[in-house]
Amino acid sequence: MAEKLDREDVVVLLGTPTEDASRLYAMTVTTGDPSWAGALAGVALDLPVYHVTEEAVKAEIAPSDYDEHLALMAMAMDVDAIGEAVRGVREGKG
Amino acid sequence: MLKGKKVIALGERDGIQGGAIAACARAAGAEVVLEKTYCFV
Repeated sequence: MAEKLDREDVVVLLGTPTEDASRLYAMTVTTGDPSWAGALAGVALDLPVYHVTEEAVKAEIAPSDYDEHLALMAMAMDVDAIGEAVRGVREGKG
Repeated sequence: MLKGKKVIALGERDGIQGGAIAACARAAGAEVVLEKTYCFV
């Protein structure tokens, strides 16, 4: 499906709970599945990927929506480490 | 960054679910083209 969409129009948002899971998901939609276990092994979709708690995303979500849908789970996550992991993959340092 | 974009929302049961990501993305002006919540148990 991702290959049919214009890459410039697509954003992948993750809701993964840990740094490791976030890095794995982010790599899967950019450079390809690093575990080589799934259909995206060796498939570099190169999609822009963000964790939904990253500041760049959070800034575009109304505070009331963020509080209703995301805030509670975000409190239980290490959002700084998760954001760092996803940013690293996005910037090619994954 | 979200307004007018097509969003792929990949949630996880032990984290933030796909439906919650999609709701926020839609409210921010994006079109959600795929919404999934994965579960690894």
